[in-house]
This record gives sequence, C-alpha cells and structure tokens, in this order.
Amino acid sequence: MDALLAALDYLLGIPVLGWGTHIGFVYKALLLLVSLLVFTAFILLADRKIWAAVQIRRGPNVVGPFGLLQSFADLIKFALKEPLIPAGADKVLFLMAPLITATLALAGWAVVPVDNGWAMANINVGILYLLGISSLGVYGVIIGGWASNSKYPFFGSLRAAAQMVSYEVSIGLVIITVLLCVGSLNLNDIVVAQRDMGLATTLGVPWLTFLNWFWLPLFPMFVVFYISALAETNRPPFDLAEGESELVAGFMTEYSATPYMLFMLGEYISILLMCGMTTILFLGGWTSPIDLPPFTWIPGFIWFFAKLSLVFFMFAMAKAIVPRYRYDQLMRIGWKVFLPLSLVMVVIVAFVLQLTGWGWHGGVA
Amino acid sequence: MSLPLFFFYLFSVIAVASAFMVIASRNPVHSVMFLILTFVNAAGLFMLAGAEFLALILIVVYVGAVAVLFLFVVMMLDVDLAQMRKGLLQYAPIGMVVGAILLLELLLAATSVVVAPEAAGTSALPIDNTMDNTRALGQVLYTHYVFLFQSAGAVLLVAMIGAIVLTLRHRGNAKRQDPVRQVARRASETLKVVKVKSGQGL
Repeated sequence: MDALLAALDYLLGIPVLGWGTHIGFVYKALLLLVSLLVFTAFILLADRKIWAAVQIRRGPNVVGPFGLLQSFADLIKFALKEPLIPAGADKVLFLMAPLITATLALAGWAVVPVDNGWAMANINVGILYLLGISSLGVYGVIIGGWASNSKYPFFGSLRAAAQMVSYEVSIGLVIITVLLCVGSLNLNDIVVAQRDMGLATTLGVPWLTFLNWFWLPLFPMFVVFYISALAETNRPPFDLAEGESELVAGFMTEYSATPYMLFMLGEYISILLMCGMTTILFLGGWTSPIDLPPFTWIPGFIWFFAKLSLVFFMFAMAKAIVPRYRYDQLMRIGWKVFLPLSLVMVVIVAFVLQLTGWGWHGGVA
Repeated sequence: MSLPLFFFYLFSVIAVASAFMVIASRNPVHSVMFLILTFVNAAGLFMLAGAEFLALILIVVYVGAVAVLFLFVVMMLDVDLAQMRKGLLQYAPIGMVVGAILLLELLLAATSVVVAPEAAGTSALPIDNTMDNTRALGQVLYTHYVFLFQSAGAVLLVAMIGAIVLTLRHRGNAKRQDPVRQVARRASETLKVVKVKSGQGL
C-alpha cells in the first residue's frame, strides 16, 4: 500500500494543495508533450514556408495571419476525415503502425535534457536509449508498408528497412566518438562536458563557450551525423521510402485521416528529436554560446530550442536545395563513405585522447 | 505487491505469452512481430534487474537490427502453410527433445545456487557494485579479457568476409558508377562546342 501511495505521489502529487511531496511526474510530462506538439505544429509550418521561400513561392498564407494557423487547420481536417482501411489490409497491424511511429518518437523525448537537469528521466544510459528508440522507428514504416497489402507501400517499406539500418551504424559510431571525449552516456553530462572543457577553456577564454562545443574538434563527425540524421528520419534528399516520383507516397500510400496524421506527427517529432540530438552532441545543448551577462540572462531551454530550430533550418534547406538521391548512391554513401570515415575517426579520437590525456572522463579528474 | 514485482510479472507474462504466440500464430510476419515483443519484454526484465546497458543493447542490436532483417526476409517469403504443416508431426519428437534439453539446462543454471552453493564463488569475476554496469562491462571486456574479446571479434570478421567472398559475383557487363571519376571530370575534356552554320548541318 505504501508503495502504491509513493507511486501516486510521484505521478500526481501537488505539494501546493497539500497533496503529496513532489510535483507530479504526469504534469511535467503533459507540459513537455503539449509544448512539443505546439512546437511541432509551427516547425511543420516553418518547413513549408522555408521550402516555399527557396522556390520563390508564398507557401501556406490563408489560415490565420501569415498562415500561422495552417497546421492546426490541417490537424482538424485530418481528425474529422474518415480513415479508410483497404479491404486486403491486415487491420490490426495497419492501425498499429502509425501508433508505433508516433509513440516511439514521443518516447525518445523522455530523456532529452532541455535545460540543466530538466529531463523527464535523467538516466545514465540516455544516449543509448535515444539510439534504441531511433532504431525502433523503422518498425512503423515496415509494418505500415507490409500491412497495407499493396505494392508501392511494400516497396517503400523494403527501402526503409535497409536504409534506416544502414545509417544507424554510422550514427552509432559518431556517438561513440562523442562518448570517448565525454566518458559518460548521460545526456546531461555530455552537455556539461561541452560547457566545462574544450578549445576555449584550453586557450584561456572559457567565456567563449561556443568554441568549447564538440562541433569544432569533431567537425567531420558533425557533418556525418547531420547527413545520417537526414537519412535516419527519411528526410529529403533521402526520402526514398516515400519518394513520390516513384512510389506514389511510399509506405504511406494507403493511409488517410488520423492514421496518416499520426505518421506525419511521428515523423516530425522524430526529426525534432534528431535535431535535439545534434544540439546535445555537437552544439552544447542548453548552454549559451557566450558565457557573459546578456546571453546568460536567457534561460537554457530557450537556447536549446533555438539551436534545435537552427539545425532544423539546415534540415529544411537540405530538403529545398538537394535533389533526391538514387537508392544505390544512398547505400554507397552509408556503407562506403560514412562507415569507414567514422570508424577511422573513432580510432583517431581514441589515440588523441589517450596520448594527450584530454577528455572529460565522466567528470572524474 | 511492490511496483518492481508488479512489473516483473507484467514483463514475464507478456514475454512468455508472446513467445508462445511466435510458434502458435499462423502468419509468419505476426510470428516475427511477437518475437520482437518478446525481445522488448526481455529488455524490460534486464532493466528491472539493474542491467540497463544490456537491456538497451538488446533493443539496439536485436530489435533494431537483427529482427528488422528477419522481418525483411520473412515479409518477402511466400509461405505455403499446408506444405509446412506436412512435416510438423514428423519433426515434433526432435523438437520436443531439443526443448526438453534446453529446459533442463535452464533449470540447472537457475537452481545451481541451491544444488551446489560452493559453485557460486568460482565465477571468474565477482560483480562490482561500486560502478555503473556500463563501466563494469567495459572493464571486463576491454581490460580483463581484451585479448579474448578482440579475437572473438576477429573470428566474426573472418566469418563475415568469408560469407561475402562466397556469395559475391561480379557481373562483367554491369555498368558501374564511379563518383570520383565523375567529379574529377572537367567540361573541357568532354564537351566540344561546334559552330554550325544554319541550313548546312555538320
């Protein structure tokens, strides 16, 4: 009974009303969920606006001022339409696929520190958890494509399966190089390490925090991670799983209404998760770029989301500028360029760290 | 009932039930899905036991990579169930024997603490509770047993290269793209601008 009460307190406590001793976990989770969904709505709009701007179009501009409410209009439209399920489809798996995609994408955010120590779960193996979650993301695509019982979705899911597994390898190796420098798998530690050590600290100007961040010493890995993240999230130019010029809409061809919306939502949230990972691993997470008053007044979570938006802007520009890759080119980059490059980098970084004694060593001197 | 115990029973029940469904379900793709569910629940059990590194490696390696390739192959198979059912009775005794041996071994391993308490102390490395288990595993694999670990890796590498060599066939007439050559190419080497007078042709 005590355990149950403690659990209830942990989940639902409101100390202000004299009920429990903690602020309930559920409220924090709800706050994160709601702000994430609203942020996603505007990121989706930003994506379309940037794409339009590159092509000298206006983009969505009808709903609300400057089209700001377009995503909400889309949401209402998708929620009110009738979901169609093809006659030959495997009903259970067909409906499960978008749920898996959306749930996994949201689950990844449980360990992301948006400010110093502000994570739903500040676990010791945070980065491994994120890697696991992003590697599970492929299931939504595969199951959706197979359960549709239709040719184009099936092709889409076959492509996705090989693509996402390939790029996980290089993402894993990039993460290993960062972990070698940090000496801890905790995401908060990775950010703290970038605040406390690096080029700026070595040069004696520790307030230039942005020189401390890992994007500088590990620049090749930053590029590899960025491109692999594009491929892992099926973003253009690597969106072969849905490539509309060949496969109609790929694995999403048979989807409509709410299931389709869940797919889109899951996709964008996992894109944001990848942007967040880039921010944490290479751009110093919630730390301010210059550790001096006007910059330190801005709270950490605003820095985090600002950097995340910057990375997303790069994602959006890649979508607008780069033409879609052919499948063999995609595989070539993944296995013949990124894998050897990141493997060599792991060895080089390990050697440099061993010889110079540099590195954060998990915060233990 | 404490919460960890509740989750232990939850994960175990789902794991056993979905392991049963792996062999019981009629559709092979469903079987693979249940297999994945079993893996995930096993990872949950690892997590409960405090082995968070193993739990997440299980997810990344088995669920995220091995099972995906499994699903990939099974999805493309055209399985004839009637054909498969034919051999079922014939192979059932062998399956039973293998299963019984496995069960016996599992029981022996689990009850060894009771049967032979003196055997518990003979394990090569005692569990070090002072550090988190990522670090502890790293110490065991890369410090105490680095040679054995690396040679196991080398054996796997040789096996992998062998499999590739055996199955790789170069087709002579296949056209290959060489990006290095494409990028290195200059317009002056490949293009010739010809002025053609109108009405005359080349």
